[in-house]
Amino acid sequence: MDYINALVAFTNFVLVPGTAYGAQLALGALGVTLIYGILRFSNFAHGDTMAFGTMFVILITWAFQGAGISAGPVPTALLALPFGIALTGLFLIGTDRVVYRFYRKQRVKPVVMVMVSLGVMFIMNGLTRFIIGPDDQRFADGERFLITARNFREMTGLREGLAIKTTQGITVITAVIVVVLLFWFLNRTRTGKSMRAFSDNEDLALLSGINPERVVLYTWLIVAALATVAGTLYGLDKSFKPFTYFQLLLPIFAAAIVGGLGNPVGAIAGGFVIAFSEVTITYAFKKVATYVLPEALAPDGLAQLLSTDYKFAVSFALLIVVLMFKPTGLFKGQSV
Amino acid sequence: MTDPFLIGDQMSGGYGSGPDILHDCTIAVDEGEIAVIVGPNGAGKSTAMKAVFGMLNVRQGAVRLFGEDITSLSPQDRVAKGMAFVPQTSNIFTSMTVEENLEMGAFLRRDDITGTMDQVYDLFPILHDKRRQPAGELSGGQRQQVAVGRALMTQPKVLMLDEPTAGVSPIVMDELFDRIIEVARTGISILMVEQNARQALEIADKGYVLVQGRNRYTDTGKALLADPDVRKSFLGG
Amino acid sequence: MMQLPVILCGLGVLICIAVVVLAERRKQIVLRDSAMFVIVACLILGTGFQESWNSALFILNFGLISAIMALGVNLQWGFAGLFNVGIMGFVALGGLAAVLISAEPTPGAWAAGGFQVLGALALGAATTTLAVILWKRMKPGRVRLGVLLTVLIGGFFLFRGIFDPAVSAIEAINPAQTGYLGGLNVFANEATRAGWMTVVAWPVGGLLAAGAAWIVGKTALGLRSDYLAIATLGIAEIIIAVMKNEDWLARGVKNVSGLPRPVPYEIDLQNNSDFVERAATIGLDPTTASTLFVKVAYGLLFAVVLVIFLLLAQWALKSPWGRMMRAIRDNEVAAEAMGKDVTARHLQVFVLGSAICGVAGAMMTTLDGQLTPGSYQPLRFTFLIWVMVIVGGSGNNLGAVLGGFIVWFLWVQVEPFGQFVMSVVTAGMADGSPIREHLLESAAHMRLLTMGVLMLLVLRFRPRGLIPER
Repeated sequence: MDYINALVAFTNFVLVPGTAYGAQLALGALGVTLIYGILRFSNFAHGDTMAFGTMFVILITWAFQGAGISAGPVPTALLALPFGIALTGLFLIGTDRVVYRFYRKQRVKPVVMVMVSLGVMFIMNGLTRFIIGPDDQRFADGERFLITARNFREMTGLREGLAIKTTQGITVITAVIVVVLLFWFLNRTRTGKSMRAFSDNEDLALLSGINPERVVLYTWLIVAALATVAGTLYGLDKSFKPFTYFQLLLPIFAAAIVGGLGNPVGAIAGGFVIAFSEVTITYAFKKVATYVLPEALAPDGLAQLLSTDYKFAVSFALLIVVLMFKPTGLFKGQSV
Repeated sequence: MTDPFLIGDQMSGGYGSGPDILHDCTIAVDEGEIAVIVGPNGAGKSTAMKAVFGMLNVRQGAVRLFGEDITSLSPQDRVAKGMAFVPQTSNIFTSMTVEENLEMGAFLRRDDITGTMDQVYDLFPILHDKRRQPAGELSGGQRQQVAVGRALMTQPKVLMLDEPTAGVSPIVMDELFDRIIEVARTGISILMVEQNARQALEIADKGYVLVQGRNRYTDTGKALLADPDVRKSFLGG
Repeated sequence: MMQLPVILCGLGVLICIAVVVLAERRKQIVLRDSAMFVIVACLILGTGFQESWNSALFILNFGLISAIMALGVNLQWGFAGLFNVGIMGFVALGGLAAVLISAEPTPGAWAAGGFQVLGALALGAATTTLAVILWKRMKPGRVRLGVLLTVLIGGFFLFRGIFDPAVSAIEAINPAQTGYLGGLNVFANEATRAGWMTVVAWPVGGLLAAGAAWIVGKTALGLRSDYLAIATLGIAEIIIAVMKNEDWLARGVKNVSGLPRPVPYEIDLQNNSDFVERAATIGLDPTTASTLFVKVAYGLLFAVVLVIFLLLAQWALKSPWGRMMRAIRDNEVAAEAMGKDVTARHLQVFVLGSAICGVAGAMMTTLDGQLTPGSYQPLRFTFLIWVMVIVGGSGNNLGAVLGGFIVWFLWVQVEPFGQFVMSVVTAGMADGSPIREHLLESAAHMRLLTMGVLMLLVLRFRPRGLIPER
């Protein structure tokens, strides 16, 4: 029995990737939840917004790389990020002006807004494929690892290695910074508070003289930032492929709903709950088990609960279970 | 005769393009006065007040504030003109703290609001103790205090209250009325719709009894309380 | 070079558009709707004259299938206001049924592990049922939690213990060719492949989809509309994941191809001297004639199914049941207050609509002659159907059918058209210029863009669709 090696193996294969993935999902779910709370509809175009924003970042990264600009050990994409956010923000505000505002003025039912977001989803998806193509793009550069498995083994003398990719470290740090900024904005600034007020009670917000168009404008800008950051981090960590981003819609919505739609804290919690469940249930525990269990009990197979392809089933099952027992999510969400 | 401070003059109208609910209805309040609208259920009490606040389609008649015709202004614009409105339900931001509720009330103001906030806390000391708590966690009476406090943060000239004592206990109701009188003493006009007609008329400078969207009796609160007809029909003897 | 018939078809489209506009103004609804369908006919005929009759029939056949799917979704959305974005899953289940029914059984597979797999699945179902019963019967508390966890975890490992070896045994049988259980087509032999079994598979596809819809509906209906949407989105992905992974069932991503078909094979027709002679009399070479014949035969079969569903849907719409559905859709609270069991009615219509999508899915797999789980993509099989319903007119069956045809036509034709536009746009650029290359290459993605723009335009300027609900 070798608990330390088991723990290291578990950290290496479940904890670290799960944390990074959870941070990415949390950022995505924050965007979904903000739109739900303030614009009051489920935005089906969110996955494609992430793809769209990441596309800008990739294009600018390429331009920087071409011009010989680099950020040393960290990926060049971080330098490109602000520009990507700005472009995505412009696009989203443009979409709001051309598309969503018309329906908002009419005060249509939320489901109509969802339909409209399907149309926007098609357009963004088409544009992304049109501009950068449907294929895989890798755009991570700089140092690949913070700690390599071999260094870790040499340092500690353990049999198991622990590798932390630079992108994983950057994901967590960036996510923390973004979340701290977001909560500071929502809880401490006048505009942020007015957004929360608008989300809480639209009519009373209007009576208090809060300008809804301004609130909406800020919401789209923040959503652009969240989506682009989430998409870029995911792309750096794994790779960028428009279809994969579209599919992220499911775990992201699951995270937002599990946490409680409209509740930012819930979105973060939901992101990590979904990510860890997914990684844990689809991880082959053979390695960990061989350290912990006596030899006679060591598993023959991979000790994998479910094949990795069933990760959607995990999001789905969690979603259903939470909804059956806590219909407004783990943290109290709102219902329109 | 000069116009009162705020007057909804012979208003007729209804919601959207629906049928008229108000017919030649007049509601007015003078500076620092308390005006109360009472009447049976479905008399159009709240509707009359909403008409004054611009939440209704007023087809005939006019609303004037300080002599200025504001009939065509939106509710938001009326807030900017110094009118404040406390709805009967969903009148606070439940997920925000008491202090944030007050801050949101003062959203349009760009000057220092701490003075006004202190005044509100002086008026409702309990709110000061609970200022860091989410407003949704407070009791019914405290919620109403938050709602009134939020409306006061705009430093309004007129405060309009839609059944402020609905659903609160009699003790809390008395206290709320005391506070409302205090607010009126600071020079703010108060226009209020009330179910508890007797208590409301006791503190009212002016009372309006509405029936089916029309003015039935209009007099000072005391006179209405003394009027045997009013007593018999609307105050239960 | 454009020929006279193509120009005539183009003219026909223009005239019909004019008729539509005029009829709309005069409120001549029948004339307007007919003219819209004539437009579709002209477009397909035009394709026949301009490109080839094979392309035209391809559009027609898939248009028929699309129209059926749109009818199913319209039943859920237009009648009852249910927001189902898991259409892809139900369509795929239909496709699975086509394999399970019409493919020949793999020799030895059932003996090797087929029954064991079924036993394992039954055990899984029994475990779940037991858990649900325990949950309902036992008092809440730690004991219940403990018992439930024991049952579920124990059941899971027992299930895997029985299931896994059986699956390996099945997948070991001639993996390059079969490696799966095969279907139930016991009628196939040396003389015949029993192609009629594929037609049997269509209603079975409907049943399979209905079963899945019932489970989804039981859990997710009654939740808020957004939650139903996410739940259906999830279940569709899970169904596809199962079909991709469970090789014993339908070979997973190795695909099942060469399914039998209910119509003759081209090669048999070409070897039939009678057929070749007849083709010659109308001036067709045997190859073209045989491919056209097959497509027309499919088209006729599909048309029969579409007409049946359309008549049923129309009848349902006008029946008291349909009126009640729309009453529930328009005001759930009022309908509930009147004593209508809203959730039960929703479950009914959800199952029915999904079943129709399942039938369409089985038909499509039959037409393709193969099941390729990797080809199921939500944009194509879920959201495109939504575009059809929205564009055609939700709540109107004819609208859904029209939307199915028009949107399918555009989906197919936007790509060559985009190519054409791009080649015109880039004509001035130098050969091999990277921008030109990129633009020409990307033209294929114009179709997604077009669908989005089309959907937004309709939602903005004709929110109730081309043929609005009456």
